[in-house]
Amino acid sequence: MSGAGRGRGSVTFIGMPRSFRENAAEAMQDAQLGRNLRKATHTIRGKRARVVEELPDWAELREAGRAVKDHTLRHLDRYLLQLEEAVTRAGGHVHWAADADEANRIVTELVRATGESDVVKVKSMVTQEIGLNEHLAAHGITAYETDLAELIVQLGDDWPSHILVPAIHRNRTEIREIFRDRMAAWGRPAPEGLSDEPAALAEAARLHLRERFLSSKVAISGANFMIAETGTMVVVESEGNGRMCLTLPETLISVVGIEKVLPTWRDLEVFLQLLPRSSTGERMNPYTSMWTGATEGQRFHLVLLDNGRTGVLADEVGRQALRCIRCSACLNVCPVYERAGGHAYGSVYPGPIGAILTPQLRGMGSELDNSLPYASSLCGACLEVCPVAIDIPEVLVELRARARHPRSERMAMRAAGWLLADQARLSRAQRLAVRLRRLIPRRLPGPASAWTDTRDLPEIPEESFRDWWERS
Amino acid sequence: MRVALFVTCVNDTLFPGTGRATVSLLRRLGCEVDFPAAQTCCGQMHVNTGYRDEGVRLARRFTEVFRDYDAVVAPSGSCAAMVREQYPRLAAGEGGGFAEAVAEVAPKVHELSEFLIDVLGVTDVGASFPHRVTYHPTCHSLRGLRLGDRPLTLLGNVRGLELLPLPGAEECCGFGGTFSVKNPEVSAAMCAAKVDNVLDCGAEVLCAADNSCLMHVGGMLGRRKTGVRIMHLAEILARTEAT
Ligand code: SF4
Repeated sequence: MSGAGRGRGSVTFIGMPRSFRENAAEAMQDAQLGRNLRKATHTIRGKRARVVEELPDWAELREAGRAVKDHTLRHLDRYLLQLEEAVTRAGGHVHWAADADEANRIVTELVRATGESDVVKVKSMVTQEIGLNEHLAAHGITAYETDLAELIVQLGDDWPSHILVPAIHRNRTEIREIFRDRMAAWGRPAPEGLSDEPAALAEAARLHLRERFLSSKVAISGANFMIAETGTMVVVESEGNGRMCLTLPETLISVVGIEKVLPTWRDLEVFLQLLPRSSTGERMNPYTSMWTGATEGQRFHLVLLDNGRTGVLADEVGRQALRCIRCSACLNVCPVYERAGGHAYGSVYPGPIGAILTPQLRGMGSELDNSLPYASSLCGACLEVCPVAIDIPEVLVELRARARHPRSERMAMRAAGWLLADQARLSRAQRLAVRLRRLIPRRLPGPASAWTDTRDLPEIPEESFRDWWERS
Repeated sequence: MRVALFVTCVNDTLFPGTGRATVSLLRRLGCEVDFPAAQTCCGQMHVNTGYRDEGVRLARRFTEVFRDYDAVVAPSGSCAAMVREQYPRLAAGEGGGFAEAVAEVAPKVHELSEFLIDVLGVTDVGASFPHRVTYHPTCHSLRGLRLGDRPLTLLGNVRGLELLPLPGAEECCGFGGTFSVKNPEVSAAMCAAKVDNVLDCGAEVLCAADNSCLMHVGGMLGRRKTGVRIMHLAEILARTEAT
């Protein structure tokens, strides 16, 4: 792959330098995690299926979503400039960041200029992609996550494992422990005698966060969509914490990937139908916040982030990954994600979308990133549910062709290719196998043991089909 | 009607019974079956593992071998999907008349149940198989070729056959070609879930339109000594009261 525009400074999760296989195998040792994941993904999966089924024009909506995104990406330069102009006109400030380092530097300077050392955050994938919280911390600024699941992840000193439900790997007993032990260090402590009832946990979070909202002067967000014609930013959420962050503080800084732009208001209509049904399985999400530039008495900064995206855009097959609206439907139907969990993907983008996006944004230099395109059985469930019709299996296969292949595999594949290039060779190999059929053991050594540890090998038949055909 | 059988390399080598069953079934329905001996493999394993060049070589060979036939029948949803869906994409960047050959050949390639229902127009092939059977719609048959209920329609008309619904039928069995050895832990866990569902539904026979997936699930059914047999769709449809 070309290195042009490849993101520098993207975050790789610490302690995850190994291949996807090893990460997944380790995660599968945790039976509790497996149960949490299975229950959560199957529940959301079912809800999604029900609300999608009730729309007779879902296929058309999906096609419209795909077409709008493709059109926008084809003319991205134009729409971004239009957006910059509209945001500026409305009193906002637009900053351009080529990579993670630059975005982090810009945000840190903007926060410093306010004289504040605390910021509240709206759940945002892109700030995790660039490691913003860590960068701010290194410069004496504390970022407080305000989404419930992100709060659990932050207090637990943990990594998110799902796009929409970052703490999907935690159950409520674990959450109670995290709140009880860690809340005090971050602000208002958990109430005495906190139970693990969901309502009690939510109330504890609400009290803890409310203090934070009221005292914070600076907020940092991402955005789900940006409207080029008006300069409007859109954040879609469920809890209302976003609304608090977006309205209360004096300074709002939004860091947004350049692929999030949409040409017009009318285009938004399509996505506000596609997104909630695909992500939470709701007809409509509880909170949709929109703002255009700066409100009186407040300051608004928009940091537009590339971090590898223009490199992806240059790739004919891979660019469709930029259509993604981060709904996480592909995670919830993925049988591999369900077993491996989000952490195994070693990036803020887990599951099928992560398997095609991370190697493109970060390159495939590390063992982990090189193994991500193989983290799929190509079952196609992700493509079927994707609201913008990203052909994830197609991109996976394309990335596999560019991956580094182990030497032994290369040799085996070359040998198989040679054998299959000629029917006489194939026929000779088949006859040899038939002759040795009684000698093949039930369990094989080496890499083949990966199969025979849990599954019997098929028996070699007494004659191949082609020999039977010739004979009869 | 004269048809070419693309038996597939897996069936040719490991499951010749499926090839023989396909031949006898098609003959019984009045087809003249040809087996072009030069055929080998559609190239799926190479392409899907990241060995595009080797895969393209095999794909080119496939299109040459089958170009002159009116209809090609493959007892494999996965290989038929490879030809119909992936060949056109593979051909996009290639020269040497490959794209033209693909455009000509790909639409003529049918998975067995498609051929029986869409081309021959039969839903009752006159088979008899008095057993409890469940059907696993493999991913490439289900989401690739969109076979829908074609195989179930055919099985539903088999005398004596009791068709049992498979819980979680649409979930992948975890084979995925080289996925099963590159990510064996996840693959085996997926397979175990499939095996549990097969056992839950009480079938004696697990049927599918793809022997590679059957080999995978069957490998675990065998290892766990469950007594449940695997059978390709063609083998059930080929059975009559006489056999
Ligand atoms: S790839 Fe598609 S299904 Fe997956 S998160 Fe993105 S938009 Fe949703």
